[in-house]
Amino acid sequence: MADIQAASPQYPLDGMVAGSALVQITPAAPASRLALRARPDAIAPLSKALAVKLPQEPKTSAQGTAAKTKGRRALWLGPDEWLVIDESGADLMAACQGAGGTFSAVDVSNRNTAIIVSGPAAEAVISAGCPQDLSLKAFAVGACARTLLGKTEVVLLREEADVFRVECWRSFSAYAFAFLAEALRDPMV
Amino acid sequence: MLLIYCPYCKEERPEIEFRHAGEAHIARPTDIKAISDEDFEGFFFIRSNPKGIAFERWRHVHGCGRFFNAVRDTVSDKIIMTYEAGKPRPSDEEIQARLKELAL
Amino acid sequence: MSGANRIAGAGRLTPAKTVRFTFDGDIYTGLEGDTLASALIANGVHLMGRSFKYHRPRGVLGAGSEEPNALMGIERDKARKQPNVRATVQEVFEGMTAVSQNRWPSLGFDVGAVNDLLSPFFAAGFYYKTFMWPKAAWQKLYEPVIRAAAGLGVSPDEADTDHYTSRYIHCDVLVIGGGVSGLSAALAAARTGASVIICDEQAHAGGAFAYEAGVTMNGEPGFDWAVAAANELAAMDNVRVLTRTTAFGYYAQNFVGLAERVTDHLADPEPQQPRERLWQVRAKKVILATGAIERHMVFANNDRPGIMLSSAARKFLNHYGVAVGTKVGVYTANDSAYETAFDLKRAGVSVEAIVDCRDHPGEGLLERAADLNIEVLTDHSVINTSGARRISAMTVKRNRGGAGRSIAVDALIMSAGWTPSVHMFSQSRGKVAWDADTQRYLPGEYAQDCTSVGACNGTDDLQATIDEAVAAGLAAGKATGGKRAAKPKLAGSGAGNWSGGMAGSAAGAGPDTTVKAFVDFQNDVTAKDIRLAVREGMHSIEHVKRFTTNGMASDQGKTSNIHGLAIAAEALGRDMPEVGLTTFRPPYTPVTFGSIVNHGRGKLFDPARKTPMHGWEEEHGAVFEDVGQWKRAWYYPRAGEDMHAAVNRECRTVRAVAGLFDASTLGKIEVVGPDAAKFLDLMYTNGWQKLKPGRCKYGIMLREDGFIYDDGVVARIAEDRFHVTTTTGGAPRVLNHMEDYLQTEFPELDVWLTSTSEQWAVIAVQGPKAREIIAPLVEGIDLSNEAMPHMSAREGKICGVPTRLFRVSFTGEAGFEVNVPADYGRAVWEAIWARAEPLGACAYGTETMHVLRAEKGFIIVGQDTDGTVTPQDAGLSWAIAKSKPDFVGIRGLMRPDLVAEGRKQLVGLKTKDPKTVLEEGAQIVADPNQPVPMKMLGHVTSSYWSENCGQSIAMALIADGRARAGETLYVPMPDRTIEVEVTGTVFFDEKGERVNG
Repeated sequence: MADIQAASPQYPLDGMVAGSALVQITPAAPASRLALRARPDAIAPLSKALAVKLPQEPKTSAQGTAAKTKGRRALWLGPDEWLVIDESGADLMAACQGAGGTFSAVDVSNRNTAIIVSGPAAEAVISAGCPQDLSLKAFAVGACARTLLGKTEVVLLREEADVFRVECWRSFSAYAFAFLAEALRDPMV
Repeated sequence: MLLIYCPYCKEERPEIEFRHAGEAHIARPTDIKAISDEDFEGFFFIRSNPKGIAFERWRHVHGCGRFFNAVRDTVSDKIIMTYEAGKPRPSDEEIQARLKELAL
Repeated sequence: MSGANRIAGAGRLTPAKTVRFTFDGDIYTGLEGDTLASALIANGVHLMGRSFKYHRPRGVLGAGSEEPNALMGIERDKARKQPNVRATVQEVFEGMTAVSQNRWPSLGFDVGAVNDLLSPFFAAGFYYKTFMWPKAAWQKLYEPVIRAAAGLGVSPDEADTDHYTSRYIHCDVLVIGGGVSGLSAALAAARTGASVIICDEQAHAGGAFAYEAGVTMNGEPGFDWAVAAANELAAMDNVRVLTRTTAFGYYAQNFVGLAERVTDHLADPEPQQPRERLWQVRAKKVILATGAIERHMVFANNDRPGIMLSSAARKFLNHYGVAVGTKVGVYTANDSAYETAFDLKRAGVSVEAIVDCRDHPGEGLLERAADLNIEVLTDHSVINTSGARRISAMTVKRNRGGAGRSIAVDALIMSAGWTPSVHMFSQSRGKVAWDADTQRYLPGEYAQDCTSVGACNGTDDLQATIDEAVAAGLAAGKATGGKRAAKPKLAGSGAGNWSGGMAGSAAGAGPDTTVKAFVDFQNDVTAKDIRLAVREGMHSIEHVKRFTTNGMASDQGKTSNIHGLAIAAEALGRDMPEVGLTTFRPPYTPVTFGSIVNHGRGKLFDPARKTPMHGWEEEHGAVFEDVGQWKRAWYYPRAGEDMHAAVNRECRTVRAVAGLFDASTLGKIEVVGPDAAKFLDLMYTNGWQKLKPGRCKYGIMLREDGFIYDDGVVARIAEDRFHVTTTTGGAPRVLNHMEDYLQTEFPELDVWLTSTSEQWAVIAVQGPKAREIIAPLVEGIDLSNEAMPHMSAREGKICGVPTRLFRVSFTGEAGFEVNVPADYGRAVWEAIWARAEPLGACAYGTETMHVLRAEKGFIIVGQDTDGTVTPQDAGLSWAIAKSKPDFVGIRGLMRPDLVAEGRKQLVGLKTKDPKTVLEEGAQIVADPNQPVPMKMLGHVTSSYWSENCGQSIAMALIADGRARAGETLYVPMPDRTIEVEVTGTVFFDEKGERVNG
């Protein structure tokens, strides 16, 4: 084994920025991600192992319960499906290794990438391509859903009233970013 | 664009999140290898295509990903009710009751 | 001066705010707020276009979106040209260029007007009957000529430089229409706290108040009230007021499309402003406040410039301050035209006569006319008009007898009555009902959660309209979760009540006449044409419509439908409701392609998917091909190489040294759970239970009918974890297919599917030096043949990054597929390339991949199969597990046709002349000299020049193909017939020794 130069990562939206006075569009930080599927018997063990309570209500997400998992989020995507996101570099696969119950955990850290859309026009800009009602009444802070943005599928998470996280598959991220950047040209809120 | 109630997401979602998946309640024979050519024809090729009340499969493909069933009136293009995959076909009474509810 | 016909003190525009524009090259001055129509009329221009079929001179008919005649081209520059813009909708702006359409060489002298003289030949149905024979002439002669002559306007020559935007929006209450009823409803709904959107197609709110002088609301002038009410609404947080916004389509479940024209009225739009904004509204409740549209009178030569609806003339006067003529005639079957006549007279315009076909006009009208010294001729009709490019006189005659009298006029205003605008209601699938008392169609049975208020609902009285709208607004607000709110106090007075009138042809244009009395101006349909259609056997209104094209122009018959129906009913001897009304369909008014496409153009037309190594490939000169949405490196030409040379070099290099190939686009599905192997047993023809972790297997997936659906290599990572690969194009549908079975047929299995297509970058390193290239970079995996034989999979590290390393080959060479997390794809590729290049290896693209696999006879699903090919047909019987009780397709494979003799089978073909490369898709026959049509035995599925074999190679599906090995067959081409020999499908390394290194 000669001196192997350890490979360094290259992220799909590296260096991309877009924004206006009303909205900023930025690539999210790299994150560990888990596609989690589980029978009911595994929900409690996995919640414990990951230190985040897997939500069981549709369109909801939960934040980590322990001090070091505060930034970790579990998103309800389907009745037995969650997306777990952690930006602290945690090894999520290892964390749920050995948890009891019947489940499937798959590392999708590099499959997805995310775009943060923030500012007073965030909701309006996403509404250019998302058919769901994104008003706070219908899509509260913490709400999440797999849906569409223009011609691509995304997972939308409302982190704050005017901050959205748009998760999409990496090869669609350039499209999603360009779509949002185009939509923000319209100065309407 | 229709609004379709997803029985798993428990709310109405826009039609473009969904994909139609053919007629519902056509079970794959458990011993498919043993069935006759006629039975295979009936199972695989023949569909009822009714005018009026139709039982359909849909998938919330850009949502929760679940397949589910819907009762749709093909004349009015109105979805009367949806229910989880694996649940039995609703009875005429249930459908009529739901239609009455919708009319209110 | 903004036109000689501008009346000082009239209208609402500001005289000082002038705007210069050109029409057909001449410069005119209008006022800010003018439409193109009002500005031209102010300048004495009435001739604005030529009619569609007869090229007759036309002016404006209306003053709004119902306009059928005055269609213009509006141009900003070569790229931004919009044809068929209604001059009555387009607002003028400084520097605007407008051109008339459908004329040559000029609007004043139009050669096409000869059609008017030939009109006896152009009756309804003319085209259907005339251009039938000879058959061949249709395509070559008739259609091109007719196409060139037909159609209005000219498309722009360059790509549109404007941008368009779209917005999904949800609200409690959508109010369509910003007249008094819409505003009243919105004010009421807004008070409940409901979220409200109110839209109106005009530049301003107010609807009919723009021309109905004398109306007061709460004591102030009606239009001022409307402006204030719109401002009040706009200031509320829960209300969005959209002007210049047309509700064009009403779809299922209160989904309504609104097209907002953002910049069409601006001289210098800001670059970030979209030209149009498409609002896709989902409303809990819709309130339709769409008003009513006036109808014209159907009489001989009722289409000359200067003849228009009374409401149009009134709007030109009271809103724009423009007199439509100096000597105005009036022809009416309704009271509303009187009000226009009175307004004109008071503004100093001479009103020559009011011709009323009724005996008894509304109460008090005759006295008011007398007070203003206007002659009223009751029980009279206008039976003809004259004038070349503008009306110069009307011929008036007492009904039932008497001689005609010619009255000189330069404008003629008319009203046959008002048609409630039920378009949106009808689009919502509501059923209209005939109201016998008022002789009009009104909303009947509702199909969606909406309400109609005001004129579109047949409510004529102003206060009744207001009360109805307020009640509807409050109810809608409350029903959608708003709070109880007090009624807004709205008191209106001074408006006319305009029910009544007539439908169908007027005196002098009845069944016994042959005059040109136009019903549909835009499609040049006359009363005579409709009667002809009935005579020709069209007894349904839908047939009459299609035969005559009445109501089928872009104005959607807003002024013509009711007249057409009445004339057809009369000819059929039936009542109007028995004949029925045609269905209204979207769009209400034309919508631009820009709005419909909105963001989806250029790079946003379709996502372009790129692999993690795309940048490297670009830098190294790759030419890309589209594979679905993916951009894949096709080949890497070096200086001086064409595609052929590059592919030949790549093919040689891979087999002689090694090559690197980006296989990242392969679909990947992680199948995880205790029942994973059981599930794969059902999904694939092969058996999976016995596959050991660390081993790979080629799998074939069938549909239930027994035909090949997909294929790919599957690696078992652990007892309960498989790494499945699919074809690039098949990834989404294969996952859907597997999910379908898992969720609905085998839900008891404990297994889940997760797409990992994009988690992994895949670097295929293929060729004799593959191991040597990657070995120094790999940690924790013994790469020796013994430890890691062909079809094995290992986990370890490469370049310090976790890898799933597969020893697999789609080339027939010893090789590896390096899976690394996608973020590291490029770095690992570069590290491997740094090792590979000095050894003489190359990067290769999809074309070389195709050739190399064909040399080995490996199929590509979708190219060598087409959805009708079984594993047996493809020579893959070995991949079907014999002992399995079930898998998807097991029964389909037993179908009689699938086990019959003579099926097409996949074979190889070698051309007798080794240099001739067959065309993919070419048909194959046994006897090239048989008469046409020849008996086709099959077709070529794959064909390439094989540099490694030194000759062309091909695969084909041929009836009984395998039994024909060694036979000579023929491929007839347009210029020659190619002789081929049937062979096996493996052309290179037949024994398959090279994969073992």
